[in-house]
Amino acid sequence: MNPSGPVTQSRSVEWSNPDYSRVPFALYHCPDWYALEMERIFRGPTWSYLCLEAELPHKGDFVTTYVGDTPVVVSRADDGEVHAFVNRCSHKGALIVRQPRGNARAHTCIYHRWTYTRDGRLSGVPFRVGIDGQGGMPKDFDPACHGPQKLRVSAMGGLLFGTFAPSTEPLADYLGEFGCELIGRFGARPLEVLGYSRQQIQGNWKLYAENLRDTYHASLLHEFFVTYGVDRATQRGGVRMDERHRHNMNYAFGGSDTDAKAKAVYADTAARLDRMKLSDERLLHYESEFADGMNLATPTIFPNLAAIQINNSLAVRQVRPQGVDQFEIFQTVVGYADDSAEMRRHRLLSANLVGPAGLVSMEDGEAIEIIQRATRAERAGQTTVIEMGGRGPVHDQAHRATEAPVRGFWSYWAELMGVSAPGGIQ
Amino acid sequence: MTAAPDAWRVSERLADYGAWLDAMDYDAWLSLFHNDCDYQITTRENEALGLPLTLMWCDGKAMLADRLASLQHVNEYNLHYPRHVIGLARPRGDADTAGDWFVAPYALYQTTLEGQSRLFSVGRYVMQWQNDAGQLKLRTMQVVADTAQVPTLLACPI
Repeated sequence: MNPSGPVTQSRSVEWSNPDYSRVPFALYHCPDWYALEMERIFRGPTWSYLCLEAELPHKGDFVTTYVGDTPVVVSRADDGEVHAFVNRCSHKGALIVRQPRGNARAHTCIYHRWTYTRDGRLSGVPFRVGIDGQGGMPKDFDPACHGPQKLRVSAMGGLLFGTFAPSTEPLADYLGEFGCELIGRFGARPLEVLGYSRQQIQGNWKLYAENLRDTYHASLLHEFFVTYGVDRATQRGGVRMDERHRHNMNYAFGGSDTDAKAKAVYADTAARLDRMKLSDERLLHYESEFADGMNLATPTIFPNLAAIQINNSLAVRQVRPQGVDQFEIFQTVVGYADDSAEMRRHRLLSANLVGPAGLVSMEDGEAIEIIQRATRAERAGQTTVIEMGGRGPVHDQAHRATEAPVRGFWSYWAELMGVSAPGGIQ
Repeated sequence: MTAAPDAWRVSERLADYGAWLDAMDYDAWLSLFHNDCDYQITTRENEALGLPLTLMWCDGKAMLADRLASLQHVNEYNLHYPRHVIGLARPRGDADTAGDWFVAPYALYQTTLEGQSRLFSVGRYVMQWQNDAGQLKLRTMQVVADTAQVPTLLACPI
């Protein structure tokens, strides 16, 4: 990459199929594409998940987070509102806030003690008027002109989102009826943080965005699902998307298939459908708590959020890109503030299913890393083959032998990046 | 009432603990646990915040056995050799725990089948050992990982 050149330099993709069923491996490896994604996607007209409102109950509470790979402070200010600003001192570019979270009257950069208010305005510059009339900043230096870049903040279902671009549509429009319904479902009652987990994966962040849109892999890679009957592709379920296919949800209804049917369908896999049983089945207990009856729902909001329900385990996953070949999954496991003590304990036990050691989620880290390793030596023109669930237009499907939402993701990615396939799906 | 275990005997048992995990001899490793055991892996980050979430929680020996069965027969993970380096145990020494609580530091390395090594996790064991029919058994094992950011994934017990 040429560090002095504009990152917005136009690039092009040779889409061999206009329905995004062939994705060039180079898109997971090229640093120029990564730089362009940070600019056009994460600093572009999208809403990124920041943190939960429940993490900022009091004035002065703050958390540090990331939008793409840009460090961001989210803070509840004296006006009671939540503000977000780039965590980078206007003076020399140092991190202003180094603690992951806390409460502060103001935020002071350690280097030259430039100080920022809770809502992200530059309020103090030491020696500004000089010492004994000597030195100091020029008389026309105006701190109001030197605050860190601010993000617009908006909330839905207890989740806080931020955007850099003035042109981004309102959050409710961005999420659409689809996203508002699903995030509203997740955050129907006040959320309570049970804890955090972090998983660092040596792979391109888009491989995880695809993973979250790929219901095909779920019961095959995550064999625990099938072995112990938590979730099987033979159960009633499917995939839903918003109109532009940027957000999606995989969903299923537990117990909606028969063992006989599942055995027949999984006969050609290595699945152990009835050879193993848990000796302690509390892990699999599902206390029905959503009116729609789904025991598995994974609403995924472009570009960095998934709000996962697997049985009674609830978690918000934030994707934090850390360069073209590394990202972190920052997971906040939650319950509801009005949960009974038993339910809280059950959620903590159910958390064995999700996260970096999750019995039905750990494998994603390995799957993504072995893609990244194997495609590093890609040659021009080499691509994935994404045809499960069909070719051509992408639409909702009430079955699970599909990966069509992956093509939906690429369609919107290409639109934001200015490289849509001629005649491509919308 | 039997005498409280001493730190040297606990360290000897911890040497077995690490060696059996490194050998992936999970039956032997499981035999170190009391029937009514509690095994947890959490992070220093959650501990410092007073948050109850664990990365892995086996509430009883049956659940721990289930986790090991899933690890060996169901889950997929990064192929590697583990290597535990465990420090000497010392009494936990805080006022609200009895004499059977101990702490010890650990480092866990992973080496790929092609011989590339990395530090996978560093942290400490906070544990309760009890005499059970003449043998020291783990009643409680809280693995508190300083390494909150898990590289790749966490499949094998620490």
